[in-house]
Amino acid sequence: MSDFDWLFFIEVLVGGLLSGVMYSLVAIGFVLIYKTSGVLNFAQGAMLLFAALTFVSLTERGVPFALAFAITFAIMVVIGIAIERTVLRPLTNKPPITLFMATLGLSYVIEGAAQLIWGTQVHGLDLGIEDLPFDVGGVFISQFDIFAAVVAAGMVAALSAFFRYTRIGLGFRAVADDQFAALAIGLRLPWIWATVWAAAGLVALVAGLLWGARVGVQFSLSLIVLKALPVLVLGGFDSILGAIVGGLLIGATEKLAEVYIGEYFGGGIEGWFAYVVALAFLLVRPSGLFGQKLVERV
Amino acid sequence: MGHNEVLLSVNGVKATYNHAITALHGVTFTVARGEIVALLGANGAGKTTTLKAVSNLLPAERGLVTEGNILFQGLDVATAKPADLVRSGLVQVLEGRHCFRSLTVEENLVTGGLGRSGGRAEIAAALEKVYAHFPRLKEKRHALSGLTSGGEQQMTAIGRALMSRPRLLVLDEPSMGLAPIVVQDIFRTLRRLNREEGLSILVAEQNSTVALKYADRATILENGAAVLSGDAAELRNRDDVKAFYLGQSPRPAAPNTPILPAIAV
Ligand SMILES: Nc1ncnc2c1ncn2[C@@H]1O[C@H](COP(=O)(O)OP(=O)(O)OP(=O)(O)O)[C@@H](O)[C@H]1O
Ligand SMILES: [Mg+2]
Repeated sequence: MSDFDWLFFIEVLVGGLLSGVMYSLVAIGFVLIYKTSGVLNFAQGAMLLFAALTFVSLTERGVPFALAFAITFAIMVVIGIAIERTVLRPLTNKPPITLFMATLGLSYVIEGAAQLIWGTQVHGLDLGIEDLPFDVGGVFISQFDIFAAVVAAGMVAALSAFFRYTRIGLGFRAVADDQFAALAIGLRLPWIWATVWAAAGLVALVAGLLWGARVGVQFSLSLIVLKALPVLVLGGFDSILGAIVGGLLIGATEKLAEVYIGEYFGGGIEGWFAYVVALAFLLVRPSGLFGQKLVERV
Repeated sequence: MGHNEVLLSVNGVKATYNHAITALHGVTFTVARGEIVALLGANGAGKTTTLKAVSNLLPAERGLVTEGNILFQGLDVATAKPADLVRSGLVQVLEGRHCFRSLTVEENLVTGGLGRSGGRAEIAAALEKVYAHFPRLKEKRHALSGLTSGGEQQMTAIGRALMSRPRLLVLDEPSMGLAPIVVQDIFRTLRRLNREEGLSILVAEQNSTVALKYADRATILENGAAVLSGDAAELRNRDDVKAFYLGQSPRPAAPNTPILPAIAV
């Protein structure tokens, strides 16, 4: 082991952690909705795709960045509230599997709508950040990865502050703890749900832009959800902190595994290794690192 | 005391769960302004169902009022959202306390005032009032509610309800699982709120001794129906109340009772 290249190891590790932050961002969208309504919103990926696609289509038509962002955000809020009102609310008190199936179906509807409105071609998305390697003491880190991680971390900090220090944030935490008690003491649940869906829409938009800039805005973007699932299993479906730590862990193990043990499997293990980790973890701790409710509620 | 203005009237209410199980077969009683009314009955008598109907919380539990109605200050509660009822002065402390476990005691209290959309100063003033009634909560204000004792959780749940400045406070078995001294303490505070601030109270209890000691009037439920109503002082002195309706001593064997004796609780 004397010739172990530590610098390279750190480079891989940091790269993994940074892409992990992007997984966390996607996972947080799930956590927000799961915490308040107990629904695993499979449509989160489709929402992410829809947001990214709407945003690029607007900018391609000459709409300036800020305006395109605002319009897309508004659309995401409307979609989120519409889903909550028309699909999920009529299904309250139904078993979780019914709700999950509803969101699964919904994700196809949203993808179909996106295709209908914006077409099927792949769009490039340029956020103006070059993907150049950046030298930190001999370790090369992608500049874009750093940017994405900073944005994601900023998002997480803003959301945490919102839920900690505002009234509606307090209402959110109350509903997440005990929905029936929240109803009994007079909290307006529809308001809180609307806020949560708006927040999930914002998360979908930011994650969609970052991932879109990274891999191109295309239909496979909605498959990002499949990356978020192991993160959720690891971190717990109802913990924002869990989503962050889970994302970092998955990002790092995935990259390290690919580089150091990938050759024994003929490469390409990055795609499924996260699931192996998640499954192994599921056997040991079914509610995740930070989760409270049992995962079987999904 | 001159209680005459009716605040709450429950009129011949029948209720079902899942459109199948009938839990209430006709419950009638009133609460006048300034009164403490106790709703007594054994396990499964229908106390909780009645109180949930009063706060219009049954739909959230797949329950439904099928007959009769409930008026709070003339408003048919079935037409109002629970949040609107809280705003108009009717709030409930649920059976089993239901504190927000991962919130601190003070955060729990603040949630109770959220619906009033008052300013920070108003919430701070309301908090101080609650702390004056429950000094214990002030000491524990920064503790996570899930880690506090059962008595403290019950006080938190009551304080949280008080934050909405109710006119009628509805409580479902506040004595459940608490030591007698804590129960006394809570009921004394309730009576003080009633005497000093004119808060009307409807309280469901299995612990009829305590409830009848503090209540003005009581209604007894049996198998989903109101079977007896009267002044608390009068009911307190009737031995048959405990014996027959509250399951606290065995019924005398009647010719048609099943072989199994009623179990004393
Ligand atoms: N959510 C529910 N679904 C179906 N049936 C229910 C439900 N809640 C209560 N019941 C039934 O309704 C009847 C009345 O129950 P309720 O909880 O109102 O009684 P209670 O007087 O509050 O009893 P306890 O003293 O045990 O709290 C019981 O037969 C009970 O089994
Ligand atoms: Mg009960």
